[in-house]
Amino acid sequence: MEVTRTKIDGDSLRVRQLKAQQLLRGELEDADLEREVEQRLLFTKLETAQNWARKNALFPLGFGLACCAIEMITVIGSPRNDLSRFGAEVTRFSPRQADLLILSGRVSVKMAPIIRRLYEQMLEPKWVIAMGACSSSAGMFNNYAVVQGADKFLPVDIYVPGCPPRPEALIYGIMKLQDEIMGDPSMGWRERYRAEGTEEIA
Amino acid sequence: MPDATGLELIAQRVRESVGDDSVTDTIFYRGRATLDVAPQSVHDVIAYLRDDDQEPWDRLMSLHGVDYLPAEPRLGVHYELLSMERADRFNVRTRVGVEDPRLPTVVDVHPTANFQEREVYDMFGVVFEGHPDLRRILMPEDYEGYPQRRDFPMGGEPVIYTFNEPKLPRWYD
Amino acid sequence: MTEALDVPYRERERSVTMESIGEEHDELLTINIGPHHPATHGVLRLLTTLEGEIVRDVTPIIGYVHTGIEKSCEDQQYWKVIPFVERMDYLSYYFNAMAFCLAVESLLEEEVPARAQWLRVIHLELNRIASHLFWIATGSLDIGAITMLWWGCRDRDLALDLFEMSGGQRFHTRYFQVGGVIEDIPPGFEEMTRKFIKTMYTRIEQYLSLLDRNEIWLQRTKGTGIVPLETLLELGVTGPLLRAAGHPWDLRKAMPHSGYENFDFTVPVGTVGDNYDRFRVRVEEMRQSLRIVEQALDGLPEGPYITANRKVALPPRHELATSMEALIHHFKLVTEGFRVPAGESYAAVESPRGELGCYVLADGSSKPARVHVRDPSFVNLQALPEMARGHLLADFITCVAMLDPILGGVDR
Repeated sequence: MEVTRTKIDGDSLRVRQLKAQQLLRGELEDADLEREVEQRLLFTKLETAQNWARKNALFPLGFGLACCAIEMITVIGSPRNDLSRFGAEVTRFSPRQADLLILSGRVSVKMAPIIRRLYEQMLEPKWVIAMGACSSSAGMFNNYAVVQGADKFLPVDIYVPGCPPRPEALIYGIMKLQDEIMGDPSMGWRERYRAEGTEEIA
Repeated sequence: MPDATGLELIAQRVRESVGDDSVTDTIFYRGRATLDVAPQSVHDVIAYLRDDDQEPWDRLMSLHGVDYLPAEPRLGVHYELLSMERADRFNVRTRVGVEDPRLPTVVDVHPTANFQEREVYDMFGVVFEGHPDLRRILMPEDYEGYPQRRDFPMGGEPVIYTFNEPKLPRWYD
Repeated sequence: MTEALDVPYRERERSVTMESIGEEHDELLTINIGPHHPATHGVLRLLTTLEGEIVRDVTPIIGYVHTGIEKSCEDQQYWKVIPFVERMDYLSYYFNAMAFCLAVESLLEEEVPARAQWLRVIHLELNRIASHLFWIATGSLDIGAITMLWWGCRDRDLALDLFEMSGGQRFHTRYFQVGGVIEDIPPGFEEMTRKFIKTMYTRIEQYLSLLDRNEIWLQRTKGTGIVPLETLLELGVTGPLLRAAGHPWDLRKAMPHSGYENFDFTVPVGTVGDNYDRFRVRVEEMRQSLRIVEQALDGLPEGPYITANRKVALPPRHELATSMEALIHHFKLVTEGFRVPAGESYAAVESPRGELGCYVLADGSSKPARVHVRDPSFVNLQALPEMARGHLLADFITCVAMLDPILGGVDR
């Protein structure tokens, strides 16, 4: 078995450790100091850091209404499409501890005030994903018993279409939400196809 | 399924034991035997069919309501009976009008009818006399109207296409 | 209090039994295990009256997912009703469609070709396996065996892959149509299904080795939730709950439809009727379903996959280019739909939860006048107060898990 050793530019791990210690003690001079600071520290705004932490550790509320709930449980629970790679596997069942409400399933007239109460119990910052056709717009149920879209009583951030949406679609929706939290609504088609600056002519 | 002659025999036995005016009609269609029963004798007929008949129908599988608009009397309640020993099904049906939809309950004969009668009450407005807890089960408790009647509107929102978009008031809301 | 400390610890533990709480303690507390709760399998609201930790009474309140499906069906053509009806009992979607199709086919007196019947059986049994896998995944999660959630969901994904192959979608495929199935199975389906069957046999062994020899699982499920058989029968309970109590009623054997009499399988029946029996009955049903699928694949007959009656089923696409009648039939079926002569019918299938029946009232037009689905979970839920009375709250949660209610079917 072949073992290759590579030297990293004269800095082995131990040397880096010693340099870091010197940096913290204030023993380095100007050129050394500049180089160390560039390599070690990351400068950002507090909001960006905060958003980055928030988006990578979403706590969904364990809330499932109907068929989409099964797909949601598959996303959270199945080893194939698995939400814990994005940090969102911990479903908290108490609304006070959760920050993402995934409305999975049809919202009936009897259930709507309860969902509103759950939403109000969640603490800021909170986001809502309307998963599936039924919560986005009542799906195929244009009748007396279904609220025609959850956005009639809740502010919804992301709509994930499908009946039920594939687990990959839900993960895509959650990643879009992560982009939105980061303040960077990219992953639109213009960025993906490098068509920035184009216009739509209707 | 009892066949057509079996159905007539059952109807005759029911008439003999419960009362002559209890059975109003017998229908045999596509292999399904239906006994039309007068509203007030439903409880006695179902109890008779469970206990005393020589071919007892001892399990009630489904109790559901139907709105037969425009045929009168409008509301029908079906009792889907099953006999596990003979692996056979039988159907008993009553018709009540919309003005005074009252029926005796069969909860004492078949306790399974509890939730199902509540559902018929909720959706059609048929009042079951003697039911221990007749409340709305599927709709909110204070809902008005009986949704599954045929003249109850479907509800929901009108679907907006380009041809009717400006005609629907405040569609942008 | 000091004399109680002289008693050794094990004895003190044993002395706290149900009887000792008994009549002296009559503070009843009614709590609301509300529609939003991790253990309620959907939006079921349970008004529980507790005395200490023991459940004295429970009232299930339902209706939180009521979607008015039955009313919506009155406005749709017959083949458009199938997606609506599928979404009732949303774990056993093929069974909902099957009951509806059987009811309409009996009204039309339509013959379903043999290949379609066997394909239906394959999909129904695969759906039974998928449904039981999800039940064991979430039921074990409620009881605390969280590993089963990952395992159950993983194997369920394999079954859903098969559905995606044949129907194009993992869930709610509109695969069953009136007269047969919508499309033949693609090449490769049979091979993948055989691989799935082989995997599932070993996986079921793994589940049993994880749960069945686990002392905690056995203590939590054995002896809890026993309801006398006569009460279950009176309450109209069917399915694995009835079979666990010892009554061998299975519609696949008693009133077989669609070729079930050709298959050789056994119906697992329990003895005591406690939660352990329910668990074992369902796991064994999974094994028997695998046997049925294997036999169906072995003996799958050749032939059409949907009825040849052009008034009911769409003609194949290639005929549209040559035949005028095919074009007219296609047009009429897609715009208006087929008409069903006036009449009523009721058809029942054995779904993973019990007897799923569908009542169709036809009035001669192309839209049904009434569709009612007799859902097994709706009726089985009436057995919950009986199961729960006198149990500790933790055992009550086990009872709910083993009852396997699906609120989509309960509320419709």
